[in-house]
Amino acid sequence: MTRHTLSVLVENKSGVLARVSALFSRRAFNIESLAVGPTENPDLSRMTIVVDAETQPLEQITKQLNKLIEVIKIVELESAGAVQRELLLVKVRAPMADRTQVLQTAELFRAHVIDVNTDTVTLEATGTPEKLQALLAVLAPLGIKEMAQSGTVALGRGPRSMSGAGTLRPVERTA
Amino acid sequence: MNSTTPGESATREAAAALTGVETTARSVTEAAAEPLIGCTGAQSLVRSLEAVGVEVVFGIPGGAILPAYDPLFDSQVRHVLVRHEQGAGHAATGYAQATGRVGVCMATSGPGATNLVTPLADAYMDSVPIVAITGQVPSSAIGTDAFQEADIRGITMPVTKHNFLVTDAREIPQRIAEAFHLAATGRPGPVLVDIPKDVLQATTDFSWPPRLDLPGYKPTTRPHGKQVREAAALIAGARRPVLYVGGGVLKAQATAELAELAELTGAPVVTTLMARGAFPDSNPQHLGMPGMHGTVAAVTALQKADVLVALGARFDDRVTGQLSSFAPEAQVVHADIDPAEIGKNRRADVPIVGDARETIAELVTALRAEHEAGRTPDLAAWWTQLDSWRQTYPLGYDWPEDGALSPQYVIERLGAIAGPDAIYAAGVGQHQMWAAQFIKYEKPGTWLNSGGLGTMGYAVPAAMGAKYGRPDTTVWAIDGDGCFQMTNQELATCAIEGIPIKVAVINNGNLGMVRQWQTLFYEGRYSNTRLHARNADGTPKPVRIPDFVALAEALGCVGLRCESKDDVDAVIEKAMAIDDAPVVIDFVVGSDAQVWPMVAAGASNDDIMAARGIRPVFGDGQV
Repeated sequence: MTRHTLSVLVENKSGVLARVSALFSRRAFNIESLAVGPTENPDLSRMTIVVDAETQPLEQITKQLNKLIEVIKIVELESAGAVQRELLLVKVRAPMADRTQVLQTAELFRAHVIDVNTDTVTLEATGTPEKLQALLAVLAPLGIKEMAQSGTVALGRGPRSMSGAGTLRPVERTA
Repeated sequence: MNSTTPGESATREAAAALTGVETTARSVTEAAAEPLIGCTGAQSLVRSLEAVGVEVVFGIPGGAILPAYDPLFDSQVRHVLVRHEQGAGHAATGYAQATGRVGVCMATSGPGATNLVTPLADAYMDSVPIVAITGQVPSSAIGTDAFQEADIRGITMPVTKHNFLVTDAREIPQRIAEAFHLAATGRPGPVLVDIPKDVLQATTDFSWPPRLDLPGYKPTTRPHGKQVREAAALIAGARRPVLYVGGGVLKAQATAELAELAELTGAPVVTTLMARGAFPDSNPQHLGMPGMHGTVAAVTALQKADVLVALGARFDDRVTGQLSSFAPEAQVVHADIDPAEIGKNRRADVPIVGDARETIAELVTALRAEHEAGRTPDLAAWWTQLDSWRQTYPLGYDWPEDGALSPQYVIERLGAIAGPDAIYAAGVGQHQMWAAQFIKYEKPGTWLNSGGLGTMGYAVPAAMGAKYGRPDTTVWAIDGDGCFQMTNQELATCAIEGIPIKVAVINNGNLGMVRQWQTLFYEGRYSNTRLHARNADGTPKPVRIPDFVALAEALGCVGLRCESKDDVDAVIEKAMAIDDAPVVIDFVVGSDAQVWPMVAAGASNDDIMAARGIRPVFGDGQV
């Protein structure tokens, strides 16, 4: 299995997320992560979907996605040609004895402290999934009380965009 | 108000063309398209249906949809009150398949809407253009488990091409226009429009034509020229080509183009279950139906082909058998309007996305160029081989040993007497396969069945819809006794509404196809497949439950019965002579008849059995 990141422009309407996620489960495709948010165009939302799939099923996934009426365009973002980020919020046990170590770790990973109390520190970190995994591995021995992590969001590198002029080439609608 | 400029009129025509709805039956009238100020959502809905050219709606009213039924009462759109919403959905499908127009059904919220789920799934699998309109509980009650509430949009997402929940009465004309456009264009399919009761009751303005807002919907209809030329080159160089014709050819009304392509190539043609009638059975190039119960010649031609030209077909498992051993030597040209079908099951060497009619027409042109350049294949050896398979393993059947009536004979005679102009709608099971095998189809739109979903109970309501759409055509439902007991209530609709269909119940007292599998694969252990009354030891009791003749008469039909070979022609002719009431013939047939040839589920097409225990021997390397 290989990971693929699909950037999907959809109409900003109720029910679109349900349609997309139902399509994945119905067709027995696996979603690794999914993030939805607004775009520069208020009529459109962008879904960033990370899937584990071989090339042939991936083609079938994109074709089926393209069939959804509210899907406007799909681009596969190759890792070399795109920037990809996830957001992590993690609440770490940080009694006074360990606090310095937590803060040093945060600094090493360019994470920010966003909440502090006598027992814990909550960190905010962004990065690639690999970087966030590394951060979590370092924090784990200290005691992770709770964490929340977003799906991947991604944009293609360079001047082109999915919707503007000089657009990124869509995953073909035609075979 | 009543005068319009030519420009406006042209706009309407353009909009009608845009919605893809054929408007010859009932053209978009000036009156229907007149704007209406200060009407209800329900009036707007009915005016929209009129404007889009709807002739008939099959449905049942109820609480949430009730506001729509008031303006419908005065409308030029006729409503046929069915007895079960499933009947409404299949009737819309039968209407669409027989006429090529969009079928329409209507139901109330909750159970009314959920009863439409089966016909919607059926239409989705067979790509039939229908629009379902459902009432929904008032907007303020949605999500509260209100009386007769069901999330029908959520429920039908996987079984519709698209669906809408209308939240504002002003959207109604646009949503209706979009629903019809989506249903009829591209790969056709069912679309559901769910409208809450308060939206139907709200005050709004109606104007037509609305602007369609479907930025993500751009079906590719025009085939890529380079792909077409590649396909033509492949076909011109083929030694063992087969034209593998699917239902898309009928949907695209491409039968004339297909006939031309077949003549030009000289290649054998096979028509799938969904494509029976797309190419005349009387044409000597036609090898019949491929698949699990296809002819030996059709199945084997696909297996041995060097070039398969799939036209509007989708390599369904019932056609391919075991996929890994399907047509192992063939290069595949796959033409379909739906890009997702191409490469889904079988890799395509030459993929072509486009409308079947345009694609085949362009293939003909490209192939002519190949021929003019001197590339004309010699298919004589291939035809020698095909003819030998056809002659050695023709379709046939044995008479039951116990002297019972042969179901195949009944269906064969029905096809011979009613002829190629009649429409035949089948249920699902043995009778469906025999009807696909033993009736000779010559014309498009004469064979209706539930191919993809395999919906028992499809035949009677589908025949009703077909007869409504083509009242001058004889319409036969060929049904099993199992299927018939699922939806025969619509015969009351037919009797009351003046829709005189004819029904041949192939009554073997069993769920015949399941029984056949139990005979072949479960050592004859007939678990729960016997429908007839029986004694404690399982032997049949001499009592008819139900008595289909009495049942038919109770439903306002003429009921006839036939139990012997000698009476078959006479009873069919008697039924043919009755045209003022629905007719039901109870053909009491033997229960041990089986459908042959057969490729067992999951088996390779190479292992086709011509009859029980008879496996054809194919010499290898003969061509």
